[in-house]
Amino acid sequence: MKKIDRRNFLKGGLAGGAALAATGTAATAKAAGTFGGYPDSMGVLVDLTKCVGCRTCEAACNKEQGLPEPEKPFNDTSVFDEVLHGQKRRTTEKAYTVVNRYDVADREGGPVYRKIQCNHCQEPACLTSCFVNAYTKTPEGAVVYDPKVCVGCRTCMVACPFYIPAYSFSSAIDPVVKKCIMCYDTRLKFGRPPACVEACPQEVMVFGKRKDLIKLAHQRIQENPGKYVDHIYGEKEVGGTSWMYLSDVPFDKVGFDTHLGNEPIISYVKEFLTIVPMVLTIWPALFTGIHLLSNRKEAKKKEEESKG
Amino acid sequence: MNRLVGRGFQPITSHVKPDGTRWSVKEKLLLGLTPKEYMAVQMRNPFNWLLWIIYAIGLPVLVGRFIFGLGWATHGSYDYPWGLFLAWGLFTMVPLSASGFMMGTTVELFGRKDFKPIERLGLLNGLLGYFFAVMFLQVDLGQPWRLIYPMFVSLGPAAVLFLVAWHVATYLSCQVAELVPAYAEWMGLPKAKKAIKSMVLGLTVAGIILSTLHQGALGALFTYAPGKVHPLWYSSPFQWFHFLVSAIFAGLSMLIVVSTLSKWFLRWRCDDNFKQSLDNLTVGLAKGASLALITYLVIKVIGIAHDNDWEYLFSGWGQWFLLEMAVGVIGPLVLYTMAVRNDSAKLARFGAFMAVFGIALNRLNTALITFNWKLYQEIPHWREVVIVITVYATYIVVYRAILARLPILYTWKEERN
Repeated sequence: MKKIDRRNFLKGGLAGGAALAATGTAATAKAAGTFGGYPDSMGVLVDLTKCVGCRTCEAACNKEQGLPEPEKPFNDTSVFDEVLHGQKRRTTEKAYTVVNRYDVADREGGPVYRKIQCNHCQEPACLTSCFVNAYTKTPEGAVVYDPKVCVGCRTCMVACPFYIPAYSFSSAIDPVVKKCIMCYDTRLKFGRPPACVEACPQEVMVFGKRKDLIKLAHQRIQENPGKYVDHIYGEKEVGGTSWMYLSDVPFDKVGFDTHLGNEPIISYVKEFLTIVPMVLTIWPALFTGIHLLSNRKEAKKKEEESKG
Repeated sequence: MNRLVGRGFQPITSHVKPDGTRWSVKEKLLLGLTPKEYMAVQMRNPFNWLLWIIYAIGLPVLVGRFIFGLGWATHGSYDYPWGLFLAWGLFTMVPLSASGFMMGTTVELFGRKDFKPIERLGLLNGLLGYFFAVMFLQVDLGQPWRLIYPMFVSLGPAAVLFLVAWHVATYLSCQVAELVPAYAEWMGLPKAKKAIKSMVLGLTVAGIILSTLHQGALGALFTYAPGKVHPLWYSSPFQWFHFLVSAIFAGLSMLIVVSTLSKWFLRWRCDDNFKQSLDNLTVGLAKGASLALITYLVIKVIGIAHDNDWEYLFSGWGQWFLLEMAVGVIGPLVLYTMAVRNDSAKLARFGAFMAVFGIALNRLNTALITFNWKLYQEIPHWREVVIVITVYATYIVVYRAILARLPILYTWKEERN
């Protein structure tokens, strides 16, 4: 029988510890992997070169979602000149999608029009930040919201890198988050494209499987040399989005945030989330230990007293 | 009351009246005065008149917020979902209330019994700060009646706010338990006190864990908005650590501030033990706070270096940042260090007021002022300011009422040995 001496014992212990640590890291690395989205989820490709700013999509969305009638009719183009706090129009509780005009110098076809709505991220920041799990990323690709459990903390609005979710601040009894749900309840669930896509007279948007849309977008860029910027906005941004954009002018010229990076927002939060289990497990032992150390004199004294 | 005591009035410090009969609860609540005397004392206090004015304006506005909604009371918008209620009420109140776990740790865990005279004040400061942070949250939430949803109805355990909610709730009960002895002495319930005493170590360790995580989590909440908070106030890997370390000196400084205010305005309630040891303890707290401050300063610089944010220092935001660091960190650090070297409680108190101001500035900067730095500046609605003042005034009223009664600033006679 092999005698286990102190040195061998330590060696074995170290090796075992190292192996454990290695598997441990592997396990966490796997757990921390990104979700990347459902394989067959749907998406929309928006080609900014085709949009003429007719706002038909806004009208279709308004009707489909049963939103209140706007102050200015949908054929009024003066809304493009509206500026609030130095910002162009954005999504609100009454408009889940809006079109804005961007005047780009030296562009042949005139100004660029850009439709915004929820981009339906693959790993939505709103979803990961919600402490009552009100958001769901459906296998079809939509990010939907359950108003029945919403507490109204509005962290999702803070978290959204695209400034999309709106909140009905005006309601005292039942304020809720309002945003595009890709017409999930009425259309997407049944395999039909969102109302705005269907209504567009210019065929600006293509509805399809996200992975097919990426192929289509690359194809368009290749087949029209010099026309498009060689980038699909939304293919990789913040982990990828279901809605993606093609443009013939640099994206930052038409209101896109090009500094968002490709990491999903939750990646930035994970730095903190990883310390949570460590604090929970290490702190009790550490601080009880410190307590025993710092009180050892007193404890000894007590012991002696009880003996004597 | 200070004047009354000057004329020879004896505040209640035991169950038994000077003539040998026992105080009733009603008499204890009235501080041993007759109802008429009590009212007269209250009316004489100019601070109470200020409170009446605040409530006359503030209460209708507060009620209005629940009738007409957040849109009426605040400038909360789609771009600025959070306003002053959270920036002040949650992000500033919670670090200033870190004194609870700091004092619990110092006295119960590290065995520094010399801090005992100020321990309960630290615990109470923690409890009330957290309680009113939750009150501020209730004013801010869209549907406050759903506050318990993240606990029992619909759980989102992967969210940082989920951790904050659970930890603040558990920690609140933890702090209530830690203050049961003071209440038990005052009411004459020795069994309750004994029960808590047997688990005080567990409560204290739980307090450290919960505080580490939720103070950090408040910082981590902003890591959901990496592009929105200005880089000088934002750092993905360090945000939670910045918030945790700054909470340590924030809590200690706030304790110096409230003990100073108690010494001035509630002098009649402080016993000799408290009054005589306070200067020494203040310097002791300053020592702890200065260590946290230097740590904070270093990791702040490391944070800037790690994210390579140096160039921002030369922008307008950079000047603002340097001002915050000078007034809120370096200033108090110098004052605290001088206070420790010269054994001067006066300098420490000056430093504490500065540090509390600095921490408020830091949290307001992170949550409101530099938030959306690429967009535009939001100015809070006047009603928002009025509501914050009203709720904070209530915090002061409750704080003062408890200090005047429970054995926080003085030792209960039957407990002296």
